[in-house]
Parts: sequence; C-alpha cells; structure tokens
Amino acid sequence: MLTYLAQRIGLGILTIWVVSVLSFVIIQLPPGDYVSTYLAQLAEQGSTASAAEAESLRVEYGLDQPVYVQYAKWVFQMVQGNFGMSLDWKRPVADVIGDRLALTMIVTVAAILFTWILALPIGIYSAVRQYSVADYIFTFLGFLGLAVPSFLLALVLMYFGFVVLNANIGGLFSPEYADAPWSLAKAWDLAQHLPIPALVLGLAGTAQLVRIMRANLLDELRKPYVITALAKGLSERRAILKYPVRVALNPFASSIAFLFPQVVSGSIIVSLVLSLPTVGPLLLRALLAQDMFLAGTIVMLIGVLTVIGILVSDLILMWLDPRIRLYGRR
Amino acid sequence: MALLSVRDLRTYFVADEGTTRAVDGATFDLYAGKTLGIVGETGCGKSVTARSILRIVERPGRIVSGEILLQRDGGYIDLAKLDPDGREIRRVRGGEIGLVFQEPMTSFSPVHTVGDQVIEAIQLHRRLDKARARARAIELFRMVGISRPEGRLDEYSWQLSGGLRQRAMIAMALAAEPRLLIADEPTTALDVTTQAQILELLRDLQRKTHMAIMLITHDLGVIAEMADDVVVMYLGRVVEHGPVDQIFHAPKHPYTQALLRSIPGIQHEARVKLPTISGSIPHPFARPAGCPFHPRCALVMACAAAPDGVCCDHHEPELITVEEGHSVSCHLYRKKGAAVPLALESAR
Repeated sequence: MLTYLAQRIGLGILTIWVVSVLSFVIIQLPPGDYVSTYLAQLAEQGSTASAAEAESLRVEYGLDQPVYVQYAKWVFQMVQGNFGMSLDWKRPVADVIGDRLALTMIVTVAAILFTWILALPIGIYSAVRQYSVADYIFTFLGFLGLAVPSFLLALVLMYFGFVVLNANIGGLFSPEYADAPWSLAKAWDLAQHLPIPALVLGLAGTAQLVRIMRANLLDELRKPYVITALAKGLSERRAILKYPVRVALNPFASSIAFLFPQVVSGSIIVSLVLSLPTVGPLLLRALLAQDMFLAGTIVMLIGVLTVIGILVSDLILMWLDPRIRLYGRR
Repeated sequence: MALLSVRDLRTYFVADEGTTRAVDGATFDLYAGKTLGIVGETGCGKSVTARSILRIVERPGRIVSGEILLQRDGGYIDLAKLDPDGREIRRVRGGEIGLVFQEPMTSFSPVHTVGDQVIEAIQLHRRLDKARARARAIELFRMVGISRPEGRLDEYSWQLSGGLRQRAMIAMALAAEPRLLIADEPTTALDVTTQAQILELLRDLQRKTHMAIMLITHDLGVIAEMADDVVVMYLGRVVEHGPVDQIFHAPKHPYTQALLRSIPGIQHEARVKLPTISGSIPHPFARPAGCPFHPRCALVMACAAAPDGVCCDHHEPELITVEEGHSVSCHLYRKKGAAVPLALESAR
C-alpha cells in the first residue's frame, strides 16, 4: 500500500514536471512575446517606443535569453514560492493569483458535489424504474443539459435573475464582502453565492454521470447476487441500495478524475460571464498579453490539481472496491 | 401432509411482443426430508417455477393464477397471494425457504466479504448481535465443510474456489434453518469431482436437518443420484411426475422416454450417434396448440386416427394418474370416454 502510494506520488511529480515544460513551451509558441504585445498597446495609445527601448525591455525581462534559460529561471522562482514576476501586472505571480486559486477550488468542488448529489439519486431511480415516465423525463433533461453550453446557461440564468428576481446573481461575493478580509460572515456570503456557479458548471457533468450511473446500475441489477440478496429476505429497497448500487458506485469515484479538468476548463468562460473571481479570467488575460509566467503558472497549477484529483479518485476506488485493492496479492 | 404444494401455477411474462407462458399449469408437492428433482430442457420453466415460489420473478413476469401452499402451524399459507415486497414473504425467503443457484461466481457481491453477506442472512431471521451472528456463521461454514472458517469469512467470493463458493452459498441459504432448500442447478458450473462433493453435502445436510430439497437440473444423472420423486417439465407444464425408479425404469410420457434414450450409457457402443428428440423447442410466442410436445412427438395421434376424436394437436392433455404416485400428461394414457377440454388458443 505504502509502496503503491510512493510510486503514485513519484509518477505524479514526473507528470507535473512534464506539464510544466509543456505549458511553458506552448505559451511561448505564438509569434511575438510580451514586449511586442506591450508595444502594440503603446501604438494604440498613440505613443511609440524605439527598437532600442524594446530591446532593453527584453533584456530587463530576460526575454532575450534562450527558452531553456527562461524555463530554468521560472522553475527556480517557483521553488522559492513566488512563481516569477507577472510581466503584465508587474507583481509576483503568487500575489496576482492570491485567493483566486482557492476560490477556483471551492467553485470546482461545489460543482462536483452538486453533480454527485443530483446524479446519484436520479441515476438510481432511472435504472430501477427503467422506461418509466420519470426516466424518460430525466433522460430528456439529461441530454438537454449535455447539449446546452454552460456559458449560455449562465447568461440565461443571469437574465432571469435580473428580470424576475431583480437581483444580480453573478460573482461569488456581495459587494460589501468582495475586498473584506476573511470572516465567518464572508464565508457564509460565499456559500450563498455558490449554488448558481455550481449549477452552471455541474450540469453537463451531472447529465453525463446520470447516464453512466443508470447504465452501470442496469447491468448490476441483473446480476445473480441481487437475486441472492432478495432470496435471503432483504426488502427490494435495501437489497438494491446495499448491493448493486454499491458496485455501480465505482464510476462515481473515477468521475473526480474526469470532472475536475472538465469543470476547471469550463469555468474559464463561465467565470467571465458570471464575473467569478477565479483563475479563469486571469488566465485568459495572461494568454492574450503573452504574460508567460502568469499563464504558465496557472496552467501548471491546474495540472497539479488534476494530478492530485486523479490520485484521490484512485485512492477512493481502492477503498471502495476490494478487487482493485487486493488484486494480485494472492 | 405436504410441506409445499404447488397447484396449477401459471407464471406469464407479458410484453408488447407477446406473452411467454414460462410456467403454464405446474402442479407438484414437496415433503419434509425428501428430494424432488425437477428436470427439463433450458427454457422449460424450471427456474421460473423456483422463483415463483419465492416470489422473485423478474418484471414483467408475474403469477397469473394458481396456488403455492406452504404448510405452517398445521395450516397453509398461499405464497402466491402475498405482496411480493411485503414483510410476510420476506419472512419466508431465507427463513423458511432457502435458495442456492447456479452461478457461484456471481451470486455473491464482489465488494462485500462472504462473511458480511452470510451474517446479514443470519441477522435477518435471528435476533443475534454481530458477535453471535459471526459465531453462527463460523458454525455454518464448518457444517458445510469449509476449512479455516474464521479466515474465510473475511474473504471475498472471488478469492474462493468454485467449490468453496458453492459451499458458502449453501451455508448462507441454511442460515435460518429453512424447511425447504431450493437448489437451482447447484452443480452445473462445477467440475465433476466438486459436483459429487456438493451433492454428497446436500444429502448429508438433509439427513441432519430433515429439510425438503427441490433440486432443479437438466442433468438426469444428478436426478438419479439425488431425487426421491421427479417432475419432468416441458414448456412450462409438468408432463410426468413420479417416483425416481418409475421415471427411470418405466417412463410413461414420450418426452421422458426420449430424454432417457438420449443419455449416453457406459455400456453403449462408442462413436454411435445417440438418439435425439427431433425438432427443437418452439419459440415462446409460437406455442403449439394441444399438447405442447406434439410436433416433436414420435407417437403423435392425428385427429383422423385418434379414438373418439381426441387428438394431440387440438386437445391439451391433463395429468392422469397411471399408478399410485405416478402421473403423466399424455393422451396415450387417457381412459376411454373421459372428457377432454378443447385446447385454448395458443396466443392470448
């Protein structure tokens, strides 16, 4: 068990290193660099900068050096904990990201929890009462949920919030708490704002998971051990909840692994629409400005979180399913 | 007095495409300490009969008529009338009637230990705390011949061999000392040696507990070895019912005779084709009118040739007692002049 864990963590670190190289290289791929973006901005404002000035800027930011030197510098800064300077914000990346990473996590976890809480009972019901009216309704809603882009759903909800409730349902905090230091009242305010983004981000995943749960449970319901359980004298409800549902639960654990990246990347545009203070809008701006340290750091942190998410889901799977835990032991 | 009497049981599966009459008028009795063998080809309604008794027929199957009378306190309760998810039938399941079936691999949940599932069965019918239920489970495991029962309780079914798994299954079915054990093809998935051991175990347990056994199989060899009485089923109907010696040595129904002819014997000449039953089992929606076996029967009586106009493709035969305890459903044994109801339409 411990060897397995050590192995997995080692592999995780390797994966994260590969992700860091890739994210750095990919961000460098578009033509130009931050200085050329900066010059273009200056030109738009009517002022110009000479080639010499541009060159000195490049030297100042270290952009004249080969890619691997820049990468090494970035890694060096990363190890120190400040992740380099954001060229666009002229502040350390760590400061720019600040709370946003934690908030991204909170929104993501809320979306995944929402997905589970909704998908589990609906999936079970749809399987146990296959082809019932409610099953068809859930199926229809599920495909609708899959087909509607989440940013569109966000727009529609905001419109209704504004027209019907006369309230702005965007953001994660009420204005009075937005810049306030953390307190219980602020946390409660956050909790009140979470349902909308959780719904918007979680809906597609919910629809997916309902289908998966339904299909899995339908397979399991026909297994002989269900008949065994009934023949022992268990009631149908208890027999189904204890045995086939338990076996069909495995994909729920693995869903962390696929929901996580899905929700995080989905949140980029949704965060813009709902003006959520997550890393999404920051990443978009950093990419446009070719602010490579900021963009690289965000991409990498998301990668790290995904690797952790997959590890956690694998550990939960091992805990859930003895076949995975014990296979190959005897 | 019979422990369990099944009277004219009919279990149909009604679907849009048509009605499958899985069990279509089965009648037989089970007695304490005796083994009733139920034999027939795949799809003849053996397993559905067993599941009907326990009221665990899968949707859309349901009992449309008939009685399943379980003796209790000097009287009878009709299981066919009980609510299939009610408290009463759940007391019967596992408590009075135990079930063991074919796939020992999948009849245990793969994510719960064997012990967890056996202890659950004990606690469902006995007021015992966890520790005592566990002690009882160990005792049960020892009774069915599982070595190292304490350790085996904490293993998963897929860690056990096929034979051990079936033993554990039997232990679970016997958790509440049922009066009747339904064994649905209990040895089909096992190798021959293990098969013999499991059958020996069942016989041994029956001697000790005096329970009735309903043994469902398509293997006539198993029937010959185990059963006191035999029911031969064809397309959901009992075609012959009698003591094991009568069935094997003086079979009456043409179907039983044909089945017995198709078994290879040790004295048979090698590499000679065995006699087979011509044709195949009809599709459930295209059930033959009259006697369901008539299209495949070598002794079929056409209307023109039949005495007093009773013929196999029009009239459905009823069970006729040919001698004490031996009955057969075939027009060949009909007493002259007895009334025969005209067959119902095949598709309802």
